[in-house]
Amino acid sequence: MSLKTPSLESEYLTYPRRRHGYDHDRYAWSMLAERQPIQWPGDKPLAVWVNVSLQFYPLNQRGVPFKVPNGMTMPYPDLRHYSLRDYGNRVGIFRLLQAFEQRGVRPTWAINAQLAEQSPYLITRLKDFGGEFLCHGWNMDHLHYGGQDRDEEAEIVRRSVATLRELTGQPVRGWLSPAKHQSWNTPELLAENGIEYCCDWVNDEMPYAFDTEHGELTIMPLATEIEDQFVMCQNLHSEDSWATQVKDAFDFLLQEGREQGGRLLALNLHPWLVGQPHRIGCLEAVLDHIAGHADVWQAPAGEILDVYRAQVGGKD
Amino acid sequence: MQTNMQERLGAYDYWPYEDRPKIRWPGGARVAFWVAPNVEYYELDPPANPQRKPWPTPHPSVPGFSIRDYGNRVGHQRQMALLDKYGIRGSVSLSVALCEHHPEIIEMCRERDWEFFSHGVYNTRYTYGMSESQEREMIRDGIETIHRHTGQKCAGYLAPALSHSEHTLDLFAEVGQELFGEEGGIYTCDLFHDDQPTPIRLRSGRRFISMPYSLEMNDTIVYAVNKVEPRHYLTMLKRHFDRLYAEGAESGTVMCIPTHNYQISCPHRIKAFEEALEYITGHSDVWVATGREIASYYLAHHHDDALRDIDAKAAAAGRS
Repeated sequence: MSLKTPSLESEYLTYPRRRHGYDHDRYAWSMLAERQPIQWPGDKPLAVWVNVSLQFYPLNQRGVPFKVPNGMTMPYPDLRHYSLRDYGNRVGIFRLLQAFEQRGVRPTWAINAQLAEQSPYLITRLKDFGGEFLCHGWNMDHLHYGGQDRDEEAEIVRRSVATLRELTGQPVRGWLSPAKHQSWNTPELLAENGIEYCCDWVNDEMPYAFDTEHGELTIMPLATEIEDQFVMCQNLHSEDSWATQVKDAFDFLLQEGREQGGRLLALNLHPWLVGQPHRIGCLEAVLDHIAGHADVWQAPAGEILDVYRAQVGGKD
Repeated sequence: MQTNMQERLGAYDYWPYEDRPKIRWPGGARVAFWVAPNVEYYELDPPANPQRKPWPTPHPSVPGFSIRDYGNRVGHQRQMALLDKYGIRGSVSLSVALCEHHPEIIEMCRERDWEFFSHGVYNTRYTYGMSESQEREMIRDGIETIHRHTGQKCAGYLAPALSHSEHTLDLFAEVGQELFGEEGGIYTCDLFHDDQPTPIRLRSGRRFISMPYSLEMNDTIVYAVNKVEPRHYLTMLKRHFDRLYAEGAESGTVMCIPTHNYQISCPHRIKAFEEALEYITGHSDVWVATGREIASYYLAHHHDDALRDIDAKAAAAGRS
């Protein structure tokens, strides 16, 4: 008796998209160091985008198609994680506001539309403070994913963007998917809803053009590797280590910007994490290092996008 | 799962670190030092493998795909500038489909006379479940693609995403020899059992070695698996080097830093890497080399002595 030799389908050894560029058609292949240098206003070598992610983690988390990082982990009702995340919107954010105010930081608010809807005080306070709003999806349990029903996702995108536009009175030009996760349709749905830039793809350190069937988006990469939750909640590094890492990143990008043309430091913050009493001092130290630096242009994401587009073309 | 799994690998014998024939590197160097940048292509929507999911979430798994793409768009040239600065020629662990996707990267490495060795076709196509002939075809594709795009006769192998079969080492050595005789397919990076090169037993009986590549110093293992802080990685690299350098006074050792352009080149991490290179290359008696150079030298000067010693010790221990 002979044993059947196991093998894989022949598809596994064929490569229909093995070609120049990518195995997809979303954006052009190019290397950062080879591109036309960008000049930021005032000839500053480094633009700094301070992004604050304001999030609502529902207690009745469905976890479809996966449990969002930092969401509920305990059996229902997970009061500990629900309330600890809510802390950011009640308490932590006000420490960030104070830190920003003292240093003249102009932030970008990436907010879950449902949080905006259920927190009128917060929205009013953020509007009064100033800064740009971008849409961070509906809530942290409404993930966008391959295999999701297109109509269902279309309704979530439309509702989220429309809600935030109405509540903020701003055009809401940007989008950040919960957990930076997308379906195959997300870029089309964003473009359909008049979104101009998307922060989900972390494959670059400068804006770049991204194709959809409904026109072009610009990707504004919101770095994951140095954001507070990635360093402190995923890697479990201390707040001191996080501050050191951000300062190191800043120093490196500033130098590269001097040598190669404008660079962008995209710093994502979560008030439920960095707004804690024992961590806020480290954020303040980071902002002291960054915000007042003479060679920095600190601006909201949309302004950075506009300067970029004015120099490389693309939508206006 | 396979039901007839082997208990032991059988590719090498137990061979204690003490009392081995001494290794003498060129110029009396204590440590042969090499840097192995993994230059990889991960597909956005790869086919399913029965034993391993390429991405942890439904495709398109944007977070995982995009950070790896960052390595090629942003990280590669940062790392290359540092290797230039410290006079190091990289030994590229290459997803060979990158020759087609991003030939500009290949060209930059060629200009610097870097070495290319095969790391499979894509890092999202695994060896698991392949028949022997399928794996042979994948390995041949890797070696031939490197030759077609660079003119190099591929000397080394690191299986794609470290996915192996029981035949991986045999097949790589056989296909390498078939295509390029003694110059092709002479070392593997897939084994982590030693800090010196060691002879590997193949079914063909061909002379072939395991090259220390170090999972422990691999930046992805350090950063993404062990969650080490960037500045501590520098401490680890220095300690690793210091010990191998000290021991290398007695008998030559090998130190490798396996890197990934999406880890090491991030703005908050690159300084640690630079300081490590500065420290290591600042020592005398360090042979800065490529994988092939170390393997060829070892095969020419030490392999046969090592094999005799291994056999003698095994015989003394009672192996027939």
